[in-house]
Parts: sequence; structure tokens; C-alpha cells
Amino acid sequence: MSDQLESVEDFRIRARAWLSDNMPKLDPAKEYNTNRVADREWVEHRALQKQLFAGGFAGICFPKEYGGQGLSPAHQAAFTEESVSYEMPLRLNVPSLSICSGMLLDMGSEEQKQTYLRGAISGEMILCQFLSEPSGGSDLAGLLTRAQRDGDTYIINGQKCWSTFAYAADFATCLVRTDWDAPKHRGLSMIIVPVHDDATHLQRVRMVDGSEEFCEEFFTDLVVPAGNLVGTENDGWTVGQRQLFYERQAVGGGSPYVSGQPPARGGSSATVEEVARAVGKDKDPATREIVGWQSALDTVNHQLIKRITVGMTSGEYPAMASSMMRLAHAEIPQHKMDVMLDIAGDEAVTSVVGGDGYLRSVGVQFLMRQGASLGGGSSEMSRNMISERVLMMPREMAADRDVPFREVRRGR
Amino acid sequence: MDLELSEDQKLFRNTTAKFLDNELPVEKVRAINKEGGGFPAEFWTQGAELGWAALLVPEELGGGSISGNGFQDLAIVAEEFGRLVSPGPLLPVNTVIAGLVEGAAIGGPDHTETIEGLMSGELIGTWAAYEPKGHWDPLNPSTTATKNGDNYVITGVKDRVEAGDAAGVFLVTAKTASGVALFLVPADAAGVSVELVDSLDFVRHHATVTFSDVTVSADAMVGTESATADIVERMLQVVVALQCAEMNGAINRVFEFTVQWAFDRYSFGRPLASYQALKHRFSDMRTWIECCNATADEAVKAVNNRAENSARLVSVAKAYIGTKSVQIIQDCVQMHGGLGVTWEHDCHLYLRRATTDRQLFGTPADHKRRIADLIGL
Repeated sequence: MSDQLESVEDFRIRARAWLSDNMPKLDPAKEYNTNRVADREWVEHRALQKQLFAGGFAGICFPKEYGGQGLSPAHQAAFTEESVSYEMPLRLNVPSLSICSGMLLDMGSEEQKQTYLRGAISGEMILCQFLSEPSGGSDLAGLLTRAQRDGDTYIINGQKCWSTFAYAADFATCLVRTDWDAPKHRGLSMIIVPVHDDATHLQRVRMVDGSEEFCEEFFTDLVVPAGNLVGTENDGWTVGQRQLFYERQAVGGGSPYVSGQPPARGGSSATVEEVARAVGKDKDPATREIVGWQSALDTVNHQLIKRITVGMTSGEYPAMASSMMRLAHAEIPQHKMDVMLDIAGDEAVTSVVGGDGYLRSVGVQFLMRQGASLGGGSSEMSRNMISERVLMMPREMAADRDVPFREVRRGR
Repeated sequence: MDLELSEDQKLFRNTTAKFLDNELPVEKVRAINKEGGGFPAEFWTQGAELGWAALLVPEELGGGSISGNGFQDLAIVAEEFGRLVSPGPLLPVNTVIAGLVEGAAIGGPDHTETIEGLMSGELIGTWAAYEPKGHWDPLNPSTTATKNGDNYVITGVKDRVEAGDAAGVFLVTAKTASGVALFLVPADAAGVSVELVDSLDFVRHHATVTFSDVTVSADAMVGTESATADIVERMLQVVVALQCAEMNGAINRVFEFTVQWAFDRYSFGRPLASYQALKHRFSDMRTWIECCNATADEAVKAVNNRAENSARLVSVAKAYIGTKSVQIIQDCVQMHGGLGVTWEHDCHLYLRRATTDRQLFGTPADHKRRIADLIGL
């Protein structure tokens, strides 16, 4: 192959043919994209990823030396467009490929990249993040899980939570404290740990909509090889920042490592138009105005992602500009949930005999409304980032700045 | 605010900004307001020399743009107008030109001379689309054009006609026996009378124009009757996208000086910019502005490229920017405290311009309903 990248149009034609020959078509009778993931999906999606890998369409924006295709975001966008009517390994997009793999590409050692990055791209393994802890969500750097160096190993003790899809993953990138005498940001390390180990007790957390995709983990003397350290010891914050960058990008909808998009109809992506038609309000002028507005907002959300991605790629915008995507990607979907609830009316709270329960899903979704401004960093943190890192306004006072971590006051 | 401007376009933006800043800084705009508003004729002819009325005209008719993307270039001018609340008939003249160019392309009567006059800046044209008490409904006029031999007789009242007092020619939407048509009517034709009305904008004038049995020849028609809806659609997209660019220029400028104010103004021994409650509001505004920039760029690109989805993207931009721009400016007024609602402070100049752009050629509510139509609800 020459150094010249294949043109996007040539690639698109090749992808179209390959998809049609190799990937299963979406089944109209099957339910996709619900907030509960069936166990079979994990088996299927691993197989689908292996299929993509074998066909040369996995990890389109990852370098070839780690199993990717070394192509551009435009190629990825074309592939996603072509893949909409096929089953795709969507469950592996976030966090495994877009967040953990993105971080490992930038910060991992050659050996780690060959093992874990290649593993994730080839469908051999699934990665997840062990970041948040019960002691505090936004104040990530105040985490308490400790890793003690012991010869060629680290011994890990502590507790993590909010780890999405951990139950289905093989390895996690785990942020731990390795130095208690350093100020909080300077005593952290990122270590790759196995998810399923006798020293780790993992349980799933049930959310208000009934989903159980988040997990919490308790580590009691979990032993991992010292070679699993990503970057250098006590420089875990730098590594974590990189991972958070990919998280914001993925949650904001602008990740180049996400392949495929959810099918249009399904629990969490019902359109406002569908709801309006379902309750027979589609000819009502007031409803039409609301639907038109929501459609405009959804369009603007996409346009914003595109613009900020361009700005960050060209260097015109700082990396923290991604916080604007993050903020809009909470506000606009929340507005949509409010609008859908209003339009769905009484059918959002009680199902109808013989109905498919479709409109009640609008009500259930509404229960999880605030999830959009909490997951992947709260909107309040985004607003701090935008004001302090984009507008360069003075930073908030922090009582733990430059204080040895063991002296920092903590709640009970 | 397009992040992907060519070098030519960046240069064009700089020279436009410099020219406006030299000729009509905000103090001069205030002086014009004091004298009753409108615009200095020589300012507009100078602008025309810079190409402000030639960007939508094809090369074979003497127009053109350096970048080859005339509408994008025009939107740059509109944005700079918004940044300095500039006077001048940028929107009406270019909207009329868009209509005439469209009419010429489909083989209607020849209006080359009018196009040349408009390009030179000597002739001012404006679209007489609105009618008294009517909401925005350009394809349903009550003004009539009655065929009389080789002529048409036009009768009716149009209002909210921008720069109606300065116009030498009106582009009039009128009902014919078989549909709706567009006619070019000279301001000095017998039976035309113009009455200035009060405008919210700081300098721009609007007028009510009465057409009492005004006779024009059949050659005054723009395009053909059957193409009227398409021509009106093009004109609508042009004027609305320019409004969006102008509102965008206004909010970006207001936000800049308001952020600066937040750094400079101290209370309780701290700058306003250090209060988290205010920082978060600035972050919201910054995000909305980024959304406005994004959607304005996409609308402008779509109109420039005559994209298939341009109607929807223009309405998306108008609904969004029309809604957010005035909210942002009002929030900036709040950040200035009582100063923000004084005549002396510049906030109201921008609020007047943005509100005017917001309300005319379809309110955000009108455009939201139009989006519902366009997405097939």
C-alpha cells in the first residue's frame, strides 16, 4: 500500500460492499437500543467486532500497528453512515474503544498497546474505566483507593463505582493513589487491572429506570503486575486527564473512535415526531411549534459537535472547549425529554391495555433525566471548565491545593 | 465566525471590519441616530465599491467575489455590520439582488440595468413583502396586480419596508388573476407614496408604502409567475441567513465587552469574573454563542451552495439564533447592572438590532412551525 490514504468515496464503496456481504441486517422484529442490555448482546457484539476486524474495518481511526486501519474521521463517518441498517458492535464503542483505547493509544507503553489496544480493536477483550469513588464524583482527584508497590506488583485496596459495563469487561483502567504525602493530583497512578478476580467483589447497581449497566467494585489485596502501570508512577493525573478528554468527547458525541450509530427507533432515541403522531397531536399548531423547536435544537447540537471538533483539530480551540459539547449534550436531550413528556400526556404514566408500552417509556426515560447532566462529569463541572479554561476567569478556591493528601479534610 | 475561512475570506473580513471601524464607529452610529437615523449615501456607495452589493451577482452581469463563495462573503459583511450596529441597506439591497438574479436565471424580463444600479450603490432597492396587520406570509399578499393591456396596475399597501424612504425601487409581491408575481416598481412612479414609521432599530428606517393604481409595464415582472414561489424562497433564505449572521456579530461583540467588564468590575473586593454563580452564566452564554456560530455557518454554507436542505437549515438558524441572541444580550445587560439599561451604554444598540432581526421575516415561532413542515410532520 502506498502512503496515500484511500479516498473517502472509494472507502465508502468498499465498505458498502463489505457490509452487505458480511454483516447481519437489522431485524425489524428485534428490539435494539434499550436501556437494558441483554447478556446475549455482549456475546454478539464481541463476535461482530471480530468480524469487523477480520474484514479490515475495525478501529478505523486507530493506527495499523495496533490493529486499526489508520484512516481519518471522515472515513469513520462514512463507515457509520453506511452501517446504519446493519447490526454493529455498538456496546463496545463506549467506554472500551472511545475512552479506554483512546487513552492507551496516547499514554500506554508499546507492550500495553499491543496487548490491550489491539485486544479491544480485535474484539478479543473489552475495557472499562475504574475512576469514580463513592466519596466524591466531581472531585475525582480526591480518590481514596490505594495501590502499594510490592516488588514487581501493586497491591490494590479500595472501592470504585459508576463503572459502566464493568460486568461485561475484561480489563479496567484504574486510577489509584500511590503517594499520600503528595498533594492530591500528584500522588495518583493509572494501573490496568483485571475486572474479574477473586480479590475483587463486583456488583451491579440498579438505576431508577431499572437498568443495571453501572457497577461498583470492592478490592481486597488485588495483586497486579507492576508492568500494568500506565505512564509513570504518581503521574496518573496526566493519564487520567487524557482519559477524561476522551470521555468528554465520547459523551459529547464527537469521538472518532465510535463506529456505527444506534438504530433510529428504540427506547432512548424515540423522536419527538413519533410521540406527537402516537398521541394524535401532530396537526396541532402548538405541538408542531414545539416539535419544530426540538428538531432545531437537535440539529444545532450536531452542528456544535462538528464545529468544536474542527476548532480543536485545527488548534484554534483549547481541549477544554469539549466541555461546551458536554454541556449542550446535556441541556438539549433534557429539553427533549421534557417536550416528549408534555406531548405524550397521560400515556407517559400509565400504559394502555393492548398497547406496546411505547409511550410509558417516555415517562421512564424522564425519571433518568438528570443522568444527562451527571454522567461523564456534571454540567456544573463543565461550566467551571468553560469559565476557567476557555474564558480564563479566576479559578475556584480549593482548600486542598498544595496540601499533602493525607492532611486534606474529608467528609465521613 | 466560520472556523474554516479561506485566506481570501480572512483578508476580506479584516478589510471590512477596518473600513466599518474607520467610517462608522459606534460613536458615529450614535450621531446618525441623533440626526434621525438612516444612512449616509456616500457610506453606502463606498461600501458598494468594496463589493457589498456585487457578491450575489454572477460574473456575466458584472458581479462576483474573490473567494468564489459570494454568499459566504456577504455573510461576513453582515456579521461585521452586527458587530458595529452599522446602518445601511445591506439586507434589503442584497435580498432584491438575489430575487433579480434568480428571475434572470429562469429567463424572466431583463433587469440588468437595475442590477447595475444596485451594484453601484447609487440605486437602493428593497423588498416590499409585509402587509399591514398580516403576519409573515409572503406568498399570500392582498396587494393586487391587474393586467391592463401590456401593463399591470398595482394597488395595495406594504409595510415594514426597510429603507423604504431611501429606496429608488421596490420589489413588490402582488396577487395576479392566476397567482402571485413579483414586480419592480420605481419609487417615483405615479401613485407611490412612502411614509416613515418608528423603528426599534437604532438607525435603520422602515416605511409603509402605498401603491394606488400604480401602472408598470409587463416587463417590470421579475422572473415568471410560475417561478414566484421559488424566487421568494431564495430571497427569504438570503435575508434570513443574513439576519442570522448579523445577530451573531452582535452577540459575539456584546459578549466580548461583557466578559471584559466582568474582569474589570470589582465588588466586595473581587472581580465579577471570580463569582461562580456568574461564571456559570457566562459558560452557558459562551456555549449558546458557540451553538449560534455553528448553526449560522451551516445555514450560510447551505444558502451559498444551494444545498438541498437549505430551507430547513436557514429556519433552524433563525429559530435558534432568534431565540438565543436576545436572551444572551439581556443576560449581558443583567451583568452590567443598572448601567446596562441606560441610553449611554451600548447594550441597547445591539439589543435593538438583534430584536429587529429576530422579529422580521418570520419570528422564531414562525420558523419552528416551518421546520415541522419541512421535516414532514
